Amino acid sequence: MEWQWDWALVGHILPELARAFRVTIAATVFGFSLALVGGLLLTILRRSRWKIISWPAHFTVEFIRSTPLLVQLFFIYFVLPIQLPDFGGMFTSAFVTGVLALGLHYSSYTSEVYRAGIDGVPKGQWEAAAALNMSRGRTWTSVVLPQAIPPVLPALGNYLIAMFKDTPLLYAISVAEVLTAAYQIGSQRFQYVEAFTIVGALFLIVSLISAWLIRRMERWTALPAQ
Amino acid sequence: MSDSTEKPPIIRFQGLEKAFGDLKVLQGIDIDIPEGQCVSIIGPSGSGKSTLLRVLMTLEEPTGGRVEVEGESLYTMKRNGEEVPASRAHISRIRRKICMVFQHFNLFPHMKVIRNVTEAPIHVLGLSKREARERAESYLEMVGLSDKLNAYPAQLSGGQKQRVAIARALAMRPKIMLFDEITSALDPELVGGVLDLLREIKESGDMTMLIVTHEMKFARDSSDRVLFFDEGVIREDSDPKRIFTNPEHDRTRQFLDTILSEQA
Repeated sequence: MEWQWDWALVGHILPELARAFRVTIAATVFGFSLALVGGLLLTILRRSRWKIISWPAHFTVEFIRSTPLLVQLFFIYFVLPIQLPDFGGMFTSAFVTGVLALGLHYSSYTSEVYRAGIDGVPKGQWEAAAALNMSRGRTWTSVVLPQAIPPVLPALGNYLIAMFKDTPLLYAISVAEVLTAAYQIGSQRFQYVEAFTIVGALFLIVSLISAWLIRRMERWTALPAQ
Repeated sequence: MSDSTEKPPIIRFQGLEKAFGDLKVLQGIDIDIPEGQCVSIIGPSGSGKSTLLRVLMTLEEPTGGRVEVEGESLYTMKRNGEEVPASRAHISRIRRKICMVFQHFNLFPHMKVIRNVTEAPIHVLGLSKREARERAESYLEMVGLSDKLNAYPAQLSGGQKQRVAIARALAMRPKIMLFDEITSALDPELVGGVLDLLREIKESGDMTMLIVTHEMKFARDSSDRVLFFDEGVIREDSDPKRIFTNPEHDRTRQFLDTILSEQA
């Protein structure tokens, strides 16, 4: 018997995959929002004058970057609820766990990106802020971050796409994202090709569109020519 | 007048020292500056002139000695009768009286000219947006840039940038203004205009001005007092007329001979 691509099946399973794909998108959006905030927080903590603050932040970044996302995912999902029963309730939702793991993992990468952006702000800018008696917080929000972030948007964008492509790992803790749905569909009918092809195509299309949007965004945020 | 009622000098340096590693940049500076004085600070590069301003602006911490502003120590404060290192709040309260203009302008490149001048008055002084804008417009008019409110710094010439930086500092209405070689990065034809502006600022108020400069004509004709820095100490502290016609020290004479022949 010769295998044939089954268009009728595609039409049949597409709505279901699209629904599951919304979970993938949601995990990416929440996860990356967390990574954007968490990374910034880690960066600022790492710059603290007090070692008691900067050192744990350093350690956290190194630790997260040196261990695989899948291990972190399992750790948060299976180990924490047992070791920390009081907080365990938080991690019983697979989706929440997945978002937390993605967010935490990518915080360590965005933190490095922010650091590069902040190092690129000339010392004179900090000095001008000090000469105007700006507080620490005001110096960050008015002077440093608006100059540090636009140049690193491409790098942040790359991590956004990378995280998006990492969301199928959530299959491992049974989040109902698109790969999980495709696998279920495939195993019910023993027809895997269409389902997995659609998943691949969805990732491809969204990645390409995101990359294009990020390039556009760089142009909007660019400073006027020197 | 007795000591208790006498007003302290607006700035007092006592035995001020600053070292970067083994390099001693300031080696015991003792000087009082009365309120309203316009002081030019001259001397060879590396003699510690800029460092003095930077210590006063709290951009560098001194390694010894004392800085007082209106009789209050900048880097220490009293707690339970003891002198302890100053808190951030203490430094910020005193630093409010001081502002600085830099050699390389240090404008905020992501803000339009007008916002460069309104940002700190709004967020540091607590002015309303309207008050800050009116104030900024009046200072930008004073520096001759009323038509550039909506330009970005990158669209301005060096001289224009420095005028914005001066307006930005003036808008803070500090009692003390520090000018760190503000004409050194400018094209020669733009220097005169910025120096005229400095003279105007001096005439228009009772601000205390410390001006690190290589413009000897300005130092001689437009300041109340000239300090000659050499190897981390004040070699000569003098009336501007006298230091240029009849300096006390050979080092001063050598320096002036060299630099005046260059500027002639």
